[in-house]
Amino acid sequence: MGKFTEDDLKKELETKEYEYGFYTDIESETFPVGLNEDIVRAISKKKEEPEWMTDWRLESFRHWKEMVEPEWANVQYEKPDFQNISYYSAPSKKAKYDSIDEVDPELLETFNKLGISLEEQKKLAGVAVDIVIDSISVATTFKDTLAEKGIIFCSISEAIKEHPELVKKYIGSVVPQKDNFYAALNSAVFSDGSFCYIPKGVRCPMELSTYFRINQAGTGQFERTLVIADEGSYVSYLEGCTAPSRDENQLHAAVVELIALDNAEIKYSTVQNWYPGGKDGKGGVFNFVTKRGLCESNAKISWTQVETGSAITWKYPSCVLKGDNSIGEFYSIAVTNNYQQADTGTKMIHLGKNTRSTIISKGISAGKSQNSYRGLVKINPNADNARNFSQCDSLLMGNNCGAHTFPYIEAKNKTAQIEHEATTSKIGEDQIFYCNQRGIDTEKAIALIVNGFSKEVLNKLPMEFAVEAQKLLEISLEGSVG
Amino acid sequence: MSLKDKLLSSYIAFEDNLEVDSPIHEIRNKSIKKFENDGFPTKKDEAWKYTSLNSLLKNDYSVFPKQLDNTIELKDVKKYFLHDIDTYKVVFVDGVYSSFLSETTHDKLDVCLLSAALSKPKYKPVIEAYFNKVAKDESLTSLNTAFAKEGAYIHIPKHKEVEKPIEIINFSTGNEAAIFLQPRNLIVVGENAHVQIIERHQSLSGNEVLTNSVTEVFAEKRAYVDYYKIQNNVVSASLIDNTYLAQERESNCNVHTFSFGGKLTRNNLSFYQNGEYCNSTLKGITILKNKQHVDHNTLVHHIAPNCESHQDYKSIFGDASTGVFNGKVVVEKEAQKTDAFQQNNNILINDKATINAKPQLEIFADDVKCSHGCTIGQLDEEALFYMRSRGIAKKEARALLMYAFANTVLESVKIPELKRRINKLIANKIGVNLGFEI
Repeated sequence: MGKFTEDDLKKELETKEYEYGFYTDIESETFPVGLNEDIVRAISKKKEEPEWMTDWRLESFRHWKEMVEPEWANVQYEKPDFQNISYYSAPSKKAKYDSIDEVDPELLETFNKLGISLEEQKKLAGVAVDIVIDSISVATTFKDTLAEKGIIFCSISEAIKEHPELVKKYIGSVVPQKDNFYAALNSAVFSDGSFCYIPKGVRCPMELSTYFRINQAGTGQFERTLVIADEGSYVSYLEGCTAPSRDENQLHAAVVELIALDNAEIKYSTVQNWYPGGKDGKGGVFNFVTKRGLCESNAKISWTQVETGSAITWKYPSCVLKGDNSIGEFYSIAVTNNYQQADTGTKMIHLGKNTRSTIISKGISAGKSQNSYRGLVKINPNADNARNFSQCDSLLMGNNCGAHTFPYIEAKNKTAQIEHEATTSKIGEDQIFYCNQRGIDTEKAIALIVNGFSKEVLNKLPMEFAVEAQKLLEISLEGSVG
Repeated sequence: MSLKDKLLSSYIAFEDNLEVDSPIHEIRNKSIKKFENDGFPTKKDEAWKYTSLNSLLKNDYSVFPKQLDNTIELKDVKKYFLHDIDTYKVVFVDGVYSSFLSETTHDKLDVCLLSAALSKPKYKPVIEAYFNKVAKDESLTSLNTAFAKEGAYIHIPKHKEVEKPIEIINFSTGNEAAIFLQPRNLIVVGENAHVQIIERHQSLSGNEVLTNSVTEVFAEKRAYVDYYKIQNNVVSASLIDNTYLAQERESNCNVHTFSFGGKLTRNNLSFYQNGEYCNSTLKGITILKNKQHVDHNTLVHHIAPNCESHQDYKSIFGDASTGVFNGKVVVEKEAQKTDAFQQNNNILINDKATINAKPQLEIFADDVKCSHGCTIGQLDEEALFYMRSRGIAKKEARALLMYAFANTVLESVKIPELKRRINKLIANKIGVNLGFEI
């Protein structure tokens, strides 16, 4: 593609506006509501993408038009009107507040509970901060170290421009454009996201995290992440942030693709704490995420997630165990309170021989929430000696919430060994009593018990994350006692 | 003409022959509309994700078989009865009651026919109170309801302990090239009454048979129902069994399903616990070979508090057989102190065999104890080695392990003669003679 200046774009869009009767103000940061091929083209142009990417987006959009929203999930919500959403919104450069005193005190209190430093607090809340802050320098040294090892870690838009051969080869290879309704939508309109490539035999020396990039451009509501671990490499990737995000975007549809080539290992940890809606069930983020990883021979992918936010969560991080001896793991804690609804779980597709998978899922429901585990374990006829262990435990607090388990197990090989168990229980009165008589008040006692219940999963998180996640669980369940 | 069209058009003729003032006239009309709307289930329906009826529906079934004289002799079918005299028998041949083969009674209890119950005025209150009251508004059940005409009607009055088991047997003779049968059973067990029922579908030829059976069981206060289903039909016969049980306070219902035969078997077994302190047991042994397909679709709906349910399904799949287990436990908000347990163990002994399991829990109450376990695995190699090192041949050693695997289900069979029969069936199916009984 030749040089395409903003002026050209402006001109083109202005003529288009005339042709198709919608209004696009290029100076504005936000596109008009609605979705059609022109909007998709405009997004692509705005991001200065090469032609193949524009075509890829358009193809996705055409698939998406043919698809219908899935209804099988055990969640109820008013369907978003996809023609009433603006599909591109540049990150606001203006600070929301001038000083930290203007920030919602409730939010600050949560930050304090999580033990987030004052500077970070300012940043997270969108307070204007001095340019010379710690994390910028951290980020710079961080980038140098990575570059030395040959690791590419940048935004996906940057990767499309700088490393088109990698992106072209792998994007959509694990989650095809027409995989599902939300994945197709994301493929058509994704705003930004992260790209990561670990070269052969390199062990990434630090936890890669989107957390470090919060000073960079916001990723918007349609996030696209692509992580490629080349042969024999290792990477641990953290996504999200324990701090509560007050996002105005109601609909989030992200796609995450992981590719672990022979002998590689990817550890992907997520903490999700988007706005769950008010205590009366109004508002809140709809989170429809497609996450999938592909394991080649001897590779390993491990998903760990702590889901506490969002009004609706629809998320099934999966592993395709394609290579022989590959390993897939899924550790999850999903907490729902008030009117939250979560339908989450995993898929383990065993294709190669001697493949192994482990699923540990802990669901905690309180208030008037609904919490579902939905998982699939599939053993193909060629997957000799496949092994799976699944455990789904649910904890119910109060009498107005629900816990559901929908495991699907499909075995087509006689050497498969699959174990699945699920339990549902409540916090024992005797357990609380024991804590009470030792001077621990009921709220603390519940936090303690929930912590113990979730320990197996919390242990899988990187250390700093684990500490924050633990506190997050306490905060999420505040006021649910009684 | 597709089977659906055929059924819809024959319904008009069927309904014309019936009295319009029949108490269930309205129910029939409503049901056929339901079926007309929904049609036969397809793989797109979540409940039928793993079982397709397509291959069965393309046969040209006769819906109303010609009424021939009874061509079967007692000596031909005697082996299918548990006892000559020690059971009550309600026998149907090609969907028509056979008084010659049956042994019914009206002595203090009713073991008789649904057709009689539907037509005689003295049964009207019972039909109005119970008929189609627990059966779900689902397309295949509705289809059966629309054509409901014949089946067993069993009514056990209060405090009556039925002294011998009741056998409900449906024979098909093969007079027609392909036959579609829809038996409808209604069983009402009064307060504190006890009953044991054995149900069996048996084809006597190699012709195609498709049975869409519906059974409604009402267990009143403290009633005790023991229900055994023996599914060891020939390979040309398929069965869709819909059984609904409604339980009142302190009642106890046990259903054992033994699936060894048939081409395609689908068991829709639903329990509704309407009163407190109910106890439900669902157990099954499935041993399949060749291209057989068995689908167990169970539901236990805990509506009242302090109830228990216990499920235990053991399955062994050989050759290119397919098994489906779709077990669902629902605990309503009011059903506190529920204790629900579900277990499903599967063994695959051949590479072409498939198992699809979907054990589900839906829980809305917090003070409950609910768990389920599902395993898929093989026979223990070490145990096999141990036995072989002590001189037990491989085949026998494998059989022993399979027996042991299935024994938790078998041990709760309360009719000794039936237990002996099932033991024999298992031995036949595995192809060994162990020379002992467990």
